[in-house]
Amino acid sequence: MAPSSGSPIVSLSGVEKHFGAVRALAGIDLQVARGECVGLVGHNGAGKSTLMNVLAGVLAPTRGRIAIAGSLEEDWSARRARMRGIRCVFQELSLCPNLTVAENTRVLHAALKGFGWRRRAARLIADKLDEIFPGHGISPSAPVQDLSIDRRQMVEVARALTVTDEPLALVILDEPTSSLDAHTAGQLLAYMRRQVEAGLSVILISHMLGEVLDHSDRIVVMRDGLAVASDAATAFDRARLVREMGGEDRAAPDTAVPASARGQAPVRVRARPARQSGGPALVAHKGEVVGLAGLAGHGQTALLRAIHDAAPRGRGGITVDGPVAFVAGDRQSDGVFPQWSIARNITLRSLKALKQGPLIAPARERELAEAWQTRIAIRTPDIGNPILSLSGGNQQKALFARALASDAAIILMDDPMRGVDVGTKLEVYDIIRQEAANGRTFLWYTTETEELMHCDHIYVFRDGTIVADLARGDLTEEKVIQSSFQEAG
Amino acid sequence: MERALALKPDLALLARKLLPAFSLLLVVAAIAWLNPRAISYLGFNLMLNLAIPIILATLAQMFVMAGNDLDLSIGAFVGFVGCVAATWLNEAPLLGAAVLFGSILVYAGLGALIHWRNLPSIVVTLGMSFVWQGLAILVLPDPGGAAPEWLMAAMGFAPPFVPFPILAAILIAAATHFGLMRTSYGAILRASGGNAAAVARAGWSLLRIRMTLFGLAGLFGVLSGLSLIGITTSGDANIGAGYTLLSIAGVILGGGEFVGGRVSPTGAVMGALTLALAASSLLTFLQVPPDWQIAANGAILILVLAARVLIGRGKAA
Repeated sequence: MAPSSGSPIVSLSGVEKHFGAVRALAGIDLQVARGECVGLVGHNGAGKSTLMNVLAGVLAPTRGRIAIAGSLEEDWSARRARMRGIRCVFQELSLCPNLTVAENTRVLHAALKGFGWRRRAARLIADKLDEIFPGHGISPSAPVQDLSIDRRQMVEVARALTVTDEPLALVILDEPTSSLDAHTAGQLLAYMRRQVEAGLSVILISHMLGEVLDHSDRIVVMRDGLAVASDAATAFDRARLVREMGGEDRAAPDTAVPASARGQAPVRVRARPARQSGGPALVAHKGEVVGLAGLAGHGQTALLRAIHDAAPRGRGGITVDGPVAFVAGDRQSDGVFPQWSIARNITLRSLKALKQGPLIAPARERELAEAWQTRIAIRTPDIGNPILSLSGGNQQKALFARALASDAAIILMDDPMRGVDVGTKLEVYDIIRQEAANGRTFLWYTTETEELMHCDHIYVFRDGTIVADLARGDLTEEKVIQSSFQEAG
Repeated sequence: MERALALKPDLALLARKLLPAFSLLLVVAAIAWLNPRAISYLGFNLMLNLAIPIILATLAQMFVMAGNDLDLSIGAFVGFVGCVAATWLNEAPLLGAAVLFGSILVYAGLGALIHWRNLPSIVVTLGMSFVWQGLAILVLPDPGGAAPEWLMAAMGFAPPFVPFPILAAILIAAATHFGLMRTSYGAILRASGGNAAAVARAGWSLLRIRMTLFGLAGLFGVLSGLSLIGITTSGDANIGAGYTLLSIAGVILGGGEFVGGRVSPTGAVMGALTLALAASSLLTFLQVPPDWQIAANGAILILVLAARVLIGRGKAA
């Protein structure tokens, strides 16, 4: 349990933040003690990110008071927050892709200057990476643009925990494991616990409820810009968390195709990873939801891209029967068109069907977008609003709508639920099941084991090859982890 | 504690870095094949006669591009500097120096304006290109004037063994490489092009970064204009007309990119050298008639840039 001696490291009272008419924070109170890990959960749009940005000094609160280690802060800013030892790991990766890992460390530390700063920066980040993620294999002189997304997240986390001349008192981790596989996520959470025992304070924001339940001392549930519940982590369980957040906990629906049905429906996709010469091929039949599992970055995305490129008729050993659509996982860089409206973002994949002569018929475009807005429940007053006015989860829904509104018979999903709230996930799972029942085929790469329960058939990847081929009935988390770590051969 | 920091040479990165050197070697090899006598002390001095101002203008453009901006006024600015150098700097050195220094401050001010009002840099600098050209015509309505003696002496410097333009190119490349790629603030300058929001969140002033980058562009623009006048010995308001596009092409040819803070000073210097050689010497040796040289110049530019895109794509795949 957390020691409660002395004044809390952070104390917020009555903090409000308004964006125009929207009250993102509605007078929240929050205390974090020294050596305490506070788990922060809530729907997308509950105000977690705003709260974090206020704490980090990036956003100025409209009203309310911030006290750090007992002293009231009058002129709160990003610089001041860093001086008082508050660090953030932001959900959108905040590394500069054009710089090396060591140079990115320099960006965070004004003290890393003068003669030999490159060597000192490299040493600092390499030591921290070794400490948190033993066996990470990241070179400090590598440009970040050449690193895979999970390694970028490892650098991001390690960088936030490096110390030069400024103290480190509180770390805010916003979805720190969203791009990490189970193994590295475990390394990170174990390290975090060790640091908490040693006196560091942590705010852990995560949509993976198990992670929060297992690794926090106390859990605060946010809803509509307020802290609606705060209690010891042991007093919560999954069902209570979901209830407090305002969602409902539903078990995975047991509507999967029985194993015997497999093989009777026509084959829509048959593909082998490029690095694999023999062994099992990925096969997806009409109306199936096929899961691609395994550690992050082991060739799942590459295979999805190869299938996408081979569509609609197949090419180079990959059989594809029908048009495909792709739902990107990294929505900021691969998914949304930030300058466009929600409607335009949805209809992009269906423009051929919306043509009237050489032009796009605006009425039909709007009709299609509105139909899918209702169908998939995108929360916005007007579908003509810019896509960036939506919360992250709703942006992801728009990307689903783009794929589902199209003529695609095969939907490729590249870990699309990264950083999406529970409510949205459950809604999307339902839609996937309905669409699969209508005869669509889903190829679903996911890093969350829970999501595999929604698949009819699972292929586990390891080092760019398929190492296991599991029917839904055989699926257990243990089996997936086992196959993920076994050597291919 | 000594530890091997896994210095695995990254092949893609290596190819990206070597491409500018490769294209420069290709042009030099072509010239050597067409006219072996050109590869000599005198030959390089003649061929690279105008290389130094092009290099400096390219580096000015590179600083602006490091922050994801584009400077469409650098050519007109070089012309303006040339006119000031050929008149006021010669007749009233103090006034001339003050005007040149002031113009660097104007450049930094443009950076501030672009940042503060969130304006597109191409619009602002396109407008400024007319301002600089107008000022240049006011200062020197007709081609003429005279460069200061010291400037001509400096540009006429003849070191032993190594032709001056090559020596200057190496020194300029080394200095800017150190400044932008090796110093700690240089990393911050490049970071602003890579992820401006993250740089701001880490507590750095984006305003100061923009002003620094534009101020450096102004400084190198002034140096470019001065060196140009030192070579041509007299001024002309339109003397830098081709420099804007040449500088952008030089940065791109040198491995830089329009967005993302991906620039390389050594690459930009090599890109500028390649263009300087390909633009006149190579075409003359190929016996392209003067009427066709500008068109042929454009064709070479397209070819070289297309090759860069193709090779870059091949490496990525």
